[in-house]
Amino acid sequence: MAPTTVAQPYRFAKGGRIDRTRPVHFLFNGRTIAGFAGDSVASALLANGVHLVGRSFKYHRPRGILSHGVDEPNALLDVSRGPGRRDPNNRATMVEATDGLVTRSQNHWPSLKRDIWAVNDLLAPIIVAGFYYKTFKWPRTFWHRLYEPAIRAAAGLGLAPTEDDPDRYVHRHAHCDVLVIGSGPAGLAAALAASGSGKRVIVADEQAELGGTLLHDASSTIDGESAEAWLAGALAMLRAQRNVTLLPRTTAFGYYNHNHIAMVERLVDHPAPGSTALPRERLWQVRAKQVVLATGAHERPLAFADNDRPGIMMAESIRVFLNRYAVAPGRRIVFATSGASAYQAAADAKAAGLDVTMVDTRPEAGCGVQSARLRALGIEVLTGHTVLGSVGRMKVRGLIVAPRDATDRIGSRRTIACDAVGLSGGWTPAVHLFSQSRGKPVYRDDIDAFVPGTSVQAERSAGAAKGTYDLAAALAEGWRAGAEAAGLDGTRSFAVSPPTRTGFTPARKLPTDVDASRVRAFIDFQNDVAAKDVELAVREGFESVEHVKRYTTTGMATDQGKTSNMAALGLVSDALGRPVPQVGTTTFRPPYTPVSFGAIVGQARDALFDPIRTTPLHDWAVAQGAVFEPVGLWRRARFFPKRGEDMHAAVARECRAVRSAVGIFDASTLGKIEVVGPDAAEFMNRIYTNAWAKLEPGRCRYGLMLKEDGFIFDDGVVARLARDRFHVTTTTGGAARVLAHMEDYLQTEWSNLQVYLTSVTEQWSVIAVQGPRARAVIAPLVSGMDLSQEAFPHMAVRIGKICGVPTRLFRVAFTGELGYEVNVSADHARAVWEAVYESGRTFGITPYGTEAMHVLRAERGFIVVGQDTDGTVTPEDAGLAAMIAKTKPDFVGKRSLMRPDMVAADRKQLVGLATQVPQLVLDEGAQIVADPRAPIPMKMLGHVTSSYWSTACGHSIALALVSGGCARLGQTLYATTPTGFAAVRVVEPVFFDRHGERVNGDFAHA
Amino acid sequence: MLLVNCPYCGARPEIEFRCGGEAHIARPVQPSALDDEAWAEHLYFRTNPKGTHAERWLHVHGCGRWFNALRDTVSDAFTASYTMGEQRPDAGKEGE
Repeated sequence: MAPTTVAQPYRFAKGGRIDRTRPVHFLFNGRTIAGFAGDSVASALLANGVHLVGRSFKYHRPRGILSHGVDEPNALLDVSRGPGRRDPNNRATMVEATDGLVTRSQNHWPSLKRDIWAVNDLLAPIIVAGFYYKTFKWPRTFWHRLYEPAIRAAAGLGLAPTEDDPDRYVHRHAHCDVLVIGSGPAGLAAALAASGSGKRVIVADEQAELGGTLLHDASSTIDGESAEAWLAGALAMLRAQRNVTLLPRTTAFGYYNHNHIAMVERLVDHPAPGSTALPRERLWQVRAKQVVLATGAHERPLAFADNDRPGIMMAESIRVFLNRYAVAPGRRIVFATSGASAYQAAADAKAAGLDVTMVDTRPEAGCGVQSARLRALGIEVLTGHTVLGSVGRMKVRGLIVAPRDATDRIGSRRTIACDAVGLSGGWTPAVHLFSQSRGKPVYRDDIDAFVPGTSVQAERSAGAAKGTYDLAAALAEGWRAGAEAAGLDGTRSFAVSPPTRTGFTPARKLPTDVDASRVRAFIDFQNDVAAKDVELAVREGFESVEHVKRYTTTGMATDQGKTSNMAALGLVSDALGRPVPQVGTTTFRPPYTPVSFGAIVGQARDALFDPIRTTPLHDWAVAQGAVFEPVGLWRRARFFPKRGEDMHAAVARECRAVRSAVGIFDASTLGKIEVVGPDAAEFMNRIYTNAWAKLEPGRCRYGLMLKEDGFIFDDGVVARLARDRFHVTTTTGGAARVLAHMEDYLQTEWSNLQVYLTSVTEQWSVIAVQGPRARAVIAPLVSGMDLSQEAFPHMAVRIGKICGVPTRLFRVAFTGELGYEVNVSADHARAVWEAVYESGRTFGITPYGTEAMHVLRAERGFIVVGQDTDGTVTPEDAGLAAMIAKTKPDFVGKRSLMRPDMVAADRKQLVGLATQVPQLVLDEGAQIVADPRAPIPMKMLGHVTSSYWSTACGHSIALALVSGGCARLGQTLYATTPTGFAAVRVVEPVFFDRHGERVNGDFAHA
Repeated sequence: MLLVNCPYCGARPEIEFRCGGEAHIARPVQPSALDDEAWAEHLYFRTNPKGTHAERWLHVHGCGRWFNALRDTVSDAFTASYTMGEQRPDAGKEGE
């Protein structure tokens, strides 16, 4: 796509860890950018002299690349790796440069260079912190309609992708003895120490290459070797050990309970040829016995006016671009620092042949040794200076500095011409994961930072993450942490030369020679929060750092304030005159860096998003054109429309068939539990309201189950197959919880009972054959069973064969008709179903779905638990008092039925409703009131629980729970409708075959 | 995610378990002998300690067995897990 020779004017001819044999080309805002394998998008942009990469969140100020890592607040790009593979807000510093990437800057219109929203920058005096809260309060309705859409259009980050993501994401669970997070000096030393134990060690690092700061350390030697050579040796040793897993490109983003660490590994974002078969990202869930946190530290910028121009970046980041990527961020670089570490960056820049000036806010006395060494290299060092501002627009052109004395009197200004600036305001240990582990960070005054306090989980921190910035000390600390984590004792010291330059003087806001309240010295670049915004928040009464954060938005969004939190904290502390530890920190929450939804979702998408259960008869129903509905996890056939039929017509036809001839229904989803053992009957007695002792083998009974609070929990037909064996059926949705409920009592209350419970829901498929001709349909197919009324009455069960395969044949009728439920093994279900269907053709057998089943059962007043009950309905409320065995001394829920509230007269009771207009079908859930003209809020008497059109009755039917319902028979009440109220008469909750005679079907008429 | 120690299977992730609330609340042998207040006490009233709490756990996606465990409600640390019917390991020390 790109010419092979694109100049990289800011690339050094040699050096760096890039692979010059593998050039890469990608697009940035339509321009071809050349780089090498090993580049980040940020380093490649800088190699091409591109600093301007975005517009800021609120003021739309031109912004450049600030850092080199995950803390990057400015360089957020929209990155596309091909169709459907686009996402916004990628940190240019973390995206590896690969061929064919299409990157774009965000948050501007019409273009990055000419952005009309930059007018916001001129309005800055008006749109201060809290501006939105103060201004867009009324009229109330304007927020959603006008203010919020307008503000969102003007501010914000990138655009969310709208296409389907074609990439794959996977999850992996892992266990290890020692998890080392971070592979800088401390992490590597920890891994080396721990690996010697032979225990399982995982090392994870967010960077593409392992090594952390050693990747750009061009000056130190460790035990006589260069840092680069030592790193290579250490990695070779670790790679050679089978017990060590090295995971580059893997960010540990969440530290949860009991050493459960969530990490995301990026697989195909990086340039590995032929790796498209791999998933894009892998979410690791690691359970580690011990964790070593070697997560390093983040550098702080300095706060002065216009400290955010493109080209102004972190001092250490300049060092990274120079040494690791062989890129010069500029040719004339000014470093501004309040600490020692920037001196190494300045020395490295000088060594690279760049023009360097050093500005130190500390007085000469505070940095004499460092400044002398730098001056010896021929670098101008201005100690005791402050920075007053910068010049330039799309790129920095100069830094305005002036001497300051001990009383912060500012001397005369001087502008140092430059094309890049390196800031260093000290360091902040990355205590995020430690804090997520529930540990409390403690403040160390000597390094002006929070460091990990007492460990709460099995973890230990080492190196810069713990505030140990000296390389030799960090290595030794890492070694010790790794050894201890692996259960070894032993310490090791490392000879490092020259000693690391450490130490800094915190500078919250550099002194200035103009009215400080007018100076916008940015502390949070991503959210455009300036030091004066924090001070304003404190003046307006926000004293808690959590409140200041929310009012100013400092520390929010994708970078979560990695570069800014300490500055905000320090400013609050200064403004309140309280020491930092009393101000405290905001909470660090997972994730440490943004995690894609894909990684979290993993493979749980599309068909795997929500598993679906289907019965062995599902495909038959599909072939018949059934319309399905979800019932719990099941998909059940709702109705079987014929050509041109709507649901209403189909259901009416299906109901007519069952009432007049015969229907066939897949009831396989019914929960089934086998209760077996010498004490099975005793167990049933205790768990159900009914009495079971006298139920003879071969008979069935409708069983009602309560929870201990006395409310209906589940119901279903129970067959006694033998003295010690019950075949229990439950509602479709209740199978698992009924089994759990039974197991609970069996294991924890009645462990002396010899009873065994087995779920057989999947083993037995159930074919319901219902209607006057049911017997005639199955008679030719069964063997070993006498179907006569005398031998096989209603509510009986027989074991025999159907179509030559074993069956448990129930004679039960949820429709109120003569009916059978044919239980056969799941493997035979389809064959038996088809045989029954074939046998029924001469009688007009009609498949029916759950909708007709509901109409048929409601016509007979049979409840559905969970529809006509809601966890507050007693047996008496549901008209099922007869199901309670009065003679039993105890069963689950019995005692609760005697509580005063459970026998109150005004309880909601199940009744039928007859609409005054027979054609009107009420809404399920419709509220019921006594007087529709009563003032609002009017008293609700109850609600409709089931409501259908009944073809058999020729009018609508409804069941309802109504306060004191049984005493209201004959009364007229009112149910809500979409347009008002409908008059209804309270009736008995049975609409058809009032005396239940039809269950004997053709026997009655034989 | 918690790491829960099943006395039958060993340490397993929390998603394999269901917590069943406070442990050591025996169902009265003769519920009908209790007055309304005592029965309500049994049904609805539970301790809510800050600190060690004895809880029922079910290894629902494992061995299917119920057991008891002591968990610190502040730190989520488990200090013991034991089978149903066993005495609470810190019996007499639970205070309150």
